[in-house]
Amino acid sequence: MKSNKNGLLIDYEYCTGCFACTVACCQEHGWEAPLSGMKVMEIVQDLPKDKAYLTFLPFPTELCVLCAKRTQKGLDPSCVKHCMANCLTYGNLRELALELEKKPRMVLWSPR
Amino acid sequence: MGKSKTNIVKTTTWSAGPGCHGGCGVLAHIKDNKLIKIEGDPDHPWNQGRLCARALAMTQYIDHHDRLKSPLKRVGKRGEDQFVEISWDEAFDIIEEKMKAIRDDFGPESMIFSMGTGRDIGPWICMLAYAYGSPNVMFALSGNACYSPRIAALDTVQGDYCVFDAAQWLPGRYDNPEYKVPECMIIWGYNISATCPDNLFGHWIIDLMKKGTKLITIDPRLSFFASRSKHWLQIRPGTDAALALGFLHVIIKEQLYDQNFLETFTDAPRLVRNDTGKLLRESDVLKNGSRDNFVVFDNQTNTIIIWNTHKQEYSNSRSTPSLTGLFEVELLNGKTITCATVWDKFKESCAEYTPEKVEKITLVLAKDIEKAARLYAKAKPASIHWGVPIDMTPEITPLCHAIASLWALTGNLDVPGGNVFTRSAFNAVAYALPGAEGVIKLKDQAQDKTRIGKDEYGPFNKFIWRCQTDKVIEQIFSEKPYPVKGLWMQTCNPLSGIGLDPKLWQKALEKLDFIVGVDLFMTPSLRYADIILPAATFLEKDGVRSWWVPLQTINKALTVDGCRPDVEINFELSKRFDPDFKWETIHDLFDEILKPSEMSFDQLSKKGWALPPENHASRPYFRHEKGLLRSDGMPGFATPSGKFELYSTLREKWGLEALPYFKEPPFTPISRPDLFKDYPLILGTGRRSPAFFHAEHRNIPWLRTLDPDPVVEIHPETARKNKISNGEWVIVENWMGKARFKAKVTKIVPPWMVMAAHGWWFPEKKDDPLFHTFESNINMLIPMNEQGKDGLGTPMKHLLCRIRKEVTGVKNNEI
Ligand code: SF4
Ligand code: SF4
Ligand code: SF4
Repeated sequence: MKSNKNGLLIDYEYCTGCFACTVACCQEHGWEAPLSGMKVMEIVQDLPKDKAYLTFLPFPTELCVLCAKRTQKGLDPSCVKHCMANCLTYGNLRELALELEKKPRMVLWSPR
Repeated sequence: MGKSKTNIVKTTTWSAGPGCHGGCGVLAHIKDNKLIKIEGDPDHPWNQGRLCARALAMTQYIDHHDRLKSPLKRVGKRGEDQFVEISWDEAFDIIEEKMKAIRDDFGPESMIFSMGTGRDIGPWICMLAYAYGSPNVMFALSGNACYSPRIAALDTVQGDYCVFDAAQWLPGRYDNPEYKVPECMIIWGYNISATCPDNLFGHWIIDLMKKGTKLITIDPRLSFFASRSKHWLQIRPGTDAALALGFLHVIIKEQLYDQNFLETFTDAPRLVRNDTGKLLRESDVLKNGSRDNFVVFDNQTNTIIIWNTHKQEYSNSRSTPSLTGLFEVELLNGKTITCATVWDKFKESCAEYTPEKVEKITLVLAKDIEKAARLYAKAKPASIHWGVPIDMTPEITPLCHAIASLWALTGNLDVPGGNVFTRSAFNAVAYALPGAEGVIKLKDQAQDKTRIGKDEYGPFNKFIWRCQTDKVIEQIFSEKPYPVKGLWMQTCNPLSGIGLDPKLWQKALEKLDFIVGVDLFMTPSLRYADIILPAATFLEKDGVRSWWVPLQTINKALTVDGCRPDVEINFELSKRFDPDFKWETIHDLFDEILKPSEMSFDQLSKKGWALPPENHASRPYFRHEKGLLRSDGMPGFATPSGKFELYSTLREKWGLEALPYFKEPPFTPISRPDLFKDYPLILGTGRRSPAFFHAEHRNIPWLRTLDPDPVVEIHPETARKNKISNGEWVIVENWMGKARFKAKVTKIVPPWMVMAAHGWWFPEKKDDPLFHTFESNINMLIPMNEQGKDGLGTPMKHLLCRIRKEVTGVKNNEI
């Protein structure tokens, strides 16, 4: 069954922190720095035995409108299209939720 | 006024703009000669629709209010901000007059033609220099330490450069049935963050990871790759050759090498004289024997036989050359000497690098060295991708030799998914690069005699066609053997980015009689120019890109009033300097460069890009077996002896060590315990930022906001010891100088090292004509003139320093 809401599936395992999504959003929507629909956070996770793990988490902000104008035309949102790691997927929330089961280290985001 | 249409122009990124080495296909949306949007071209095989932050910020770049839009003439002192606008005609006239005067009075070699990073600029600088008559084209980094040392090193031992295979040559890319996904990949000193290295697309590695490639990462920092690797080897910077020799030690000891490759394609059985340590040559043992031919011992007949280099065969085709043993050989002069095989000598070089010894040198645990070596050697196929830190050490060639031996001995050379030879697509070469002769060359080889560094350093006579940068700076001061009078400085900013010891560069710039600067924005270095010419971005020009694959054109999408593309600027002046200049228009020149592809600029431009056809020398695989690498069409490699050389004949000729080795770099805790006492931290520099390309992009708001300050990464423990908190300003200093950075307290770096960002100046701080370029410039701590014995490499990734909190209330220039 389809939900009537769309969102973004974020495969943060492969996010390299390249910020293409952030700038793609600025270009698409004309945001002036530092505004953008996408922020990318660097998280250095502490692990046992003094080890650490580096994660980048792309996080859609209050400004994200899921590129409504683009998706109406059947285009992917600008950040999704340009993501250098192809780690963002746009789609129907229920369908994306099914994808979550298939691969670890992902989060699902629904817009405001 | 009627509504104007939006035009979509397909073109290729290369040069000013993203600043990178290019290759992305983009769609530029143009309306009324303005860029309104840029997107990745989904049909392009290189980026497949993706695009990086710097390319996506092009609208802010093109229309930037600070862009230079008129030629300028200096009216004040060097280093001040006194310039007046002049016309292009006047600028060209002044340049022509001044440079011709230098040529008449001191000779053309007295002008140096300098560039920054390798973009669509190298050919046009060479074109101008050669039309003027000077061989002195300079890449302004100490030790020429970016890419060409690695290329020259591989050309030396294997005849061609190679890169990891991500199916970039094949139609359909990863889906092409010829391709194999590597089981394992070593990421050696490379971090991703959207930097596309060495004419490759960095995120291809992510594609491969998703397809199952396991990683081994060699990096002192906890990088993206380090976190996602099967084995992360946290190496002490500068000890990479020891690690490579350690890998070889394990692979040889456990016999994980490819015996067939070793016997068929390497020089392993050649005899080395124990008295001189040099190769035994036919001329040593036979009357009228050739120096180019080598000697092996035949197991079957118990006699020596000859490897005929010219014919690429043994004198007895049924022989089985011995790979190991000690042999007595009688020389022509009657003397009897003992000889060992190259393979025995090579094994001896690796033998002392036991995992335990390598652990002591590199700080990588012995068991991890063993595990990584086994994973790499057993994986079929496997590849290695190395980053620019490999160039940034003085003993770069022996290091590359050791790493090249890894992919060769494990049978991963020119196989699908391995390390694959790479040449300019279709062999369309614009200008001389290591291993390739271009369309643009010196008119007369005699003019090359005066090239700086040529006589001193072997590789500069064989592979490197630039001058040796450290020697140029030295010669500016010494004026020996001839004075340097002028500098053509094109998209090159030594005071902020590419120049080590920037105060030395400043003095050098002050000493010169005439400087032309060509760039898109005012930079600290341009303040020293007499004439400044405003250049164009990649969207404002036509061009060709033939660096590896695909073959592409750059297509002009718009113009910006007042600015001109580098190629057009240099073309106009080349005509003025050379009455016999060969080409009428730049498109004639492009057509000639593209000739080997049997396409004209217009034809290729319509296609957009092209891949070389099957069985072309610029397309993989197995070219050493098919005889596609050598000019004589024989199987083997394009080395002087036709084999992969475990013992380098060229290095022997140059009077250098012919086998790989490790030597401790000049400024480390081990080599300089005296300095280490006062400067107890290893200083790494140059970690990449996705927002910037070296010294560029600090003025682009969308990018600057991503990485607003010059940052030094400090481990929490080290920060605590030095009473430094996250976000505080600190001074990083050593015996050379100091610079201020914002502390980023993070476990990304180990406690014994700090990592300082490079390329910092402040285009927004207009109170200083030099935009505070010496304030947070990490190069203030890095010396020049520390290149390796072959003129290549520089120790810029492994220095020593100390850190302290900045005392507030003290002016920046008094820190
Ligand atoms: S979906 Fe569109 S609006 Fe939302 S972050 Fe991505 S580019 Fe911005
Ligand atoms: S573009 Fe993709 S890989 Fe890059 S930061 Fe954004 S989500 Fe991560
Ligand atoms: S840096 Fe890479 S992604 Fe960006 S334009 Fe250059 S080649 Fe393309």
